[in-house]
Amino acid sequence: MVYEAQLGHPGGDFSSADLLASLYFGVLRFDPKVPNDPRRDRFVMSKGHCTGAFYSALAGAGFFSEDLLDTYMQPMSRLNGHPNRNYLPGVETNTGPLGHGLPVAVGIAIAGQIDGADFRTFVLTGDGEQQEGSNWEAGLTAGHRRLENLTMIIDRNRLQQGARTEDTAGLDPLDDKWRAFGWQVEIIDGHDCQQIYDVLSASPKGRGKPLCVIANTVKGKGVSFMNDNVAWHHGVPNQEQYEQAMRELV
Amino acid sequence: MPSGYFDCRDSFSHTLEALAEADERIVTVVSDSVGSSKLVNFGKRFPRRQINVGIAEQTVVAVGAGLANGGKVPFVSAASCFLTGRALEQIKADIAYSNVNVKLIGQSSGIAYGELGPTHHSIEDMAWLRLLTNLTIIVPADPWQTEAAIRAAAAHDGPVFVRVSRMPVPALERTNPRFEIGKAETLVEGEDLTIIANGTMVHRAVAAARGLAVEGISARVVNMATMAPLDEAAILASAATGAIVTVEEHNVRGGLGGAVAEFVSTHHPVPMRILGFDGFQPTGTVESLMELAGLTVEGITRAARQVLLKKVQ
Ligand SMILES: Cc1ncc(C[n+]2csc(CCOP(=O)(O)OP(=O)(O)O)c2C)c(N)n1
Ligand SMILES: [Mg+2]
Repeated sequence: MVYEAQLGHPGGDFSSADLLASLYFGVLRFDPKVPNDPRRDRFVMSKGHCTGAFYSALAGAGFFSEDLLDTYMQPMSRLNGHPNRNYLPGVETNTGPLGHGLPVAVGIAIAGQIDGADFRTFVLTGDGEQQEGSNWEAGLTAGHRRLENLTMIIDRNRLQQGARTEDTAGLDPLDDKWRAFGWQVEIIDGHDCQQIYDVLSASPKGRGKPLCVIANTVKGKGVSFMNDNVAWHHGVPNQEQYEQAMRELV
Repeated sequence: MPSGYFDCRDSFSHTLEALAEADERIVTVVSDSVGSSKLVNFGKRFPRRQINVGIAEQTVVAVGAGLANGGKVPFVSAASCFLTGRALEQIKADIAYSNVNVKLIGQSSGIAYGELGPTHHSIEDMAWLRLLTNLTIIVPADPWQTEAAIRAAAAHDGPVFVRVSRMPVPALERTNPRFEIGKAETLVEGEDLTIIANGTMVHRAVAAARGLAVEGISARVVNMATMAPLDEAAILASAATGAIVTVEEHNVRGGLGGAVAEFVSTHHPVPMRILGFDGFQPTGTVESLMELAGLTVEGITRAARQVLLKKVQ
């Protein structure tokens, strides 16, 4: 998709691919034919720049035809560079500016709490994205209100746009920070689908706290020359790199 | 980039490095926006004078205010969409209302992020900012004017916002290259109407005026590089031609067109056409979105002919 569009954020697409696959093909309860079913589990893609992975998951899950993926970022396409809920079923809220997903997810979770509803709310953020203060404001409210129906997954690939997170505005110890905000924290390997499934599908009933899953991942996972390489935050492979990447991925 | 075209971010960073050599107080403040601001080299040359606060636009602006308080001359640089949208209250309270010596550089403004969509388009920024008392706003049109704007911003004691584009633009031809905050420049003389443009639209306005001249229409082109304070004398002189077309890489509401309309409607009403983007834009390349909005030489030419039909003879 990125190669065809000649645009995109492949590094963060690949670091979150296993998380998205586990969510859409195991954890989340939804019916793509009734995308607005009030009982659906909600998923908010806060790292909205990673639409390559997100749109692939939505198409694979049946929200729209995989043919549509060929129009990624083409003029007048419904597959905008960042997701738009008015263009596509399965998108809960428009993202792109970082640090918006968690506060919106907190609102969804509070609505569910008020109604005693059964659905769960998941949000996926980048790790650099955690530097936005809005996450911590929303995190306080979520902890305060004991939103056990809320799960935040952090794609902890340790890279942001221009450098390593720990060389920019360090986040560690990220787990202690979220614990201090009243969250339960689990640390997993974000490329181990069994671990992802187990931690996300465990019943939240009685937990009494929101859940933060720190998923250790590798930016550019699966493609040797993108692996843990900040240069591939955004970027487009040339033809040779594209062919190599496709060989390595299958 | 087509030959003869320039990315004005380069003029910004080269000029700032030169200024920083001479003035130790100058620091850059960024929010994971080093590369997109073209400040990698600045960081290498002056590592202690580049503060990267991470992805935190509200903080990057407020830290700028604090640095100014501590005697620094901060250039806060980030993508215009986030710098203005996310940190609007910091810009209002900490910078403009507090009236502190901070320079805000809104990078990759306008529609430059085409396919990334409305969250990344910065076509509301002028409407948000131009109401803020004390804040000088400059929208340079080419590499020379970008350099001049950065120098003027550094020399000005007070808050300045400079709107920088990543869209390649040609260097404009000038008989008398001079830049002064608050002074518009007339690039083409004309009598029948005036095209007032700024930023990346100026070279298109000049091309439209050249084409109109062939049709026998004499169109003046005014480059309104300072959005605030407005050059009211230049607008009055434009109104005296009897018709005005404004052209901006911005929403049609609240920007250059709005500013000019506010002034002429109360001082010297004339028929106007305002060219820009009408609301959130669909997915598309920069050029396809420009065409959709009529922000092309043809679009400007058409608008000029239309406004002339309305002109009171
Ligand atoms: C508010 C805001 N500021 C800046 C950006 C520009 N931006 C897009 S992605 C990115 C880096 C994100 O890093 P991270 O959250 O770690 O994502 P990942 O590594 O998963 O790609 C930045 C700074 C943005 N989209 N939104
Ligand atoms: Mg990251």
